[in-house]
Amino acid sequence: MMSNGLALLSIFTLSVFVGFEVVSKVSSTLHTPLMSGANAIHGVILVGAIVVADHASNNLELSLALVAIVLATINMVGGFVVTDRMLEMFKAKKK
Amino acid sequence: MSRNLYDLIGLVAAVCFILALKGLSHPKTARRGNLIGAAGATIATLLVFFFTGNKGESEYHSLPLHHFGLILGAVALGLLVGVPAARKVQMTQMPQLVALFNGVGGGAAALVAIVEYLKLGSGASTAAVYATVFTVIVGSVSFSGSIITFAKLQELMTTRPVVFPGGRFLIAANLAGVFAAGGWVINSGGNKPLLVLGGLSLLFGVLFVLPVGGADVPIVISLLNAFTGLTVAASGYVLQTTLLIVAGTLVGASGTILTRLMAEAMGRSLFKTLFGAFTAKPQEASGSAEVRPVKSGSPEDVAILLNYARRVVIVPGFGLAVAQAQHTVREMADVLAAKGIDVAYGIHAVAGRMPGHMNVLLAEANVPYEQLQEMDEVNPTFAQTDVALVIGANDVVNPAAKNSPGCPIYGMPILEVADAANVVFLKRSMRPGFAGIENELLYDPKTTLLFGDAKDTLTKVVSALKNL
Repeated sequence: MMSNGLALLSIFTLSVFVGFEVVSKVSSTLHTPLMSGANAIHGVILVGAIVVADHASNNLELSLALVAIVLATINMVGGFVVTDRMLEMFKAKKK
Repeated sequence: MSRNLYDLIGLVAAVCFILALKGLSHPKTARRGNLIGAAGATIATLLVFFFTGNKGESEYHSLPLHHFGLILGAVALGLLVGVPAARKVQMTQMPQLVALFNGVGGGAAALVAIVEYLKLGSGASTAAVYATVFTVIVGSVSFSGSIITFAKLQELMTTRPVVFPGGRFLIAANLAGVFAAGGWVINSGGNKPLLVLGGLSLLFGVLFVLPVGGADVPIVISLLNAFTGLTVAASGYVLQTTLLIVAGTLVGASGTILTRLMAEAMGRSLFKTLFGAFTAKPQEASGSAEVRPVKSGSPEDVAILLNYARRVVIVPGFGLAVAQAQHTVREMADVLAAKGIDVAYGIHAVAGRMPGHMNVLLAEANVPYEQLQEMDEVNPTFAQTDVALVIGANDVVNPAAKNSPGCPIYGMPILEVADAANVVFLKRSMRPGFAGIENELLYDPKTTLLFGDAKDTLTKVVSALKNL
């Protein structure tokens, strides 16, 4: 049985390789939406922000956590919406 | 919901993110990929609201979450700001929006780590303290750096590199300060060192981006995007949340690859782009004193040239987008195609203000993506091209990148428009491009210059074409 820290480190390492692999063959046509979509994915920090808001034991912690929730929501939702708007426009030639 | 079920559904969300990035790599699947990513993010977010932990264990707590109302309120506020911003933004302003979204994400990650650190106090494990220090540094740099990037792109401040005397020493001292404060947090803990660390890191983000010139800003956005990903991964480590580690790392890794691809497209090493700015003197636009003869033509001349071509390659630059001429270009391409002329768009990887930006701008004007050809694809075809039509672009076709060592863009791969039988430049004036370098091609005998606003001029070309 691995220690928890080591398990997390393994997950991290394997994710690095997956991350390299999935985007290594992207055509430059899609660089902007890809960057924007990846940007939206790291908005998942919202999960962390909600967890720390739940744990908050004083007003300082709570206020900081709530600010983090607002910022993370903007990042996540705004990111996916704007990426969808861009991709909606990428159409193939009408046959 | 028990820990096992929570982790299992979290795994589903992580797989969604991988599929999202995979899907985003092809135009056909990109939109679906993005929606899968959004679904993963939604699952992940809803999941937290139902997590209780296993009965009898220390993490067990009852539902709803503490401060449930405030949390929902904060999410609602984020939606109220984020959705309209994303809906209304002009496609030309996309780079600054991405920069801004990235910055707030980095800020959020830094705050999450700070709050968790405050709560853990002296109970934090060594690894968690290191991860917190990393998160605060990189998250704050990403936040303030993105804000400066946003200000540059939105032209709230100058787009030229901001270099001041002693700047290099200041930034080195700042960096040393950041590391010292990091060491202070690790050794003595407490709130004050953390505050100092955050402050110094914010300052570093500002100093780091200020000397970067307009042309290199896209690389910085991409790099900061990767930074924010890693920040999220590190805060996932602090919170012991697998999903954050996977999502953050994926973005960190893909962002790194993208940054490298971009630096390659500009023909320089990443290191030089980022640190060259600290050593370079600001380039004065080399306004040539001598006036050399150029051949300029009328829209009708260009229409005739196009009308008798077999193959036309359009090379668009940001000037096209500034003039809002994308739709007019597409109209012209349609007219040419109706006459049986082969039309393609040669897109340089760094055309526009971020990599791939030009493709988005043309897609907005309903140009089918099959016509958008990358540099490697289009370069060999210039020899069989009758007319290369360069609209509002300059540096990406400037032969100086090949012929004059020492010029700022030397080494950048360019679109070889000089191989075409005729070259037409649509320009507002003889002013050199973004990088401020004279373009020899403008004086070439086979080059015709068409001066004026791109949209007006193209409209004239289109009507002339229709009358031929």
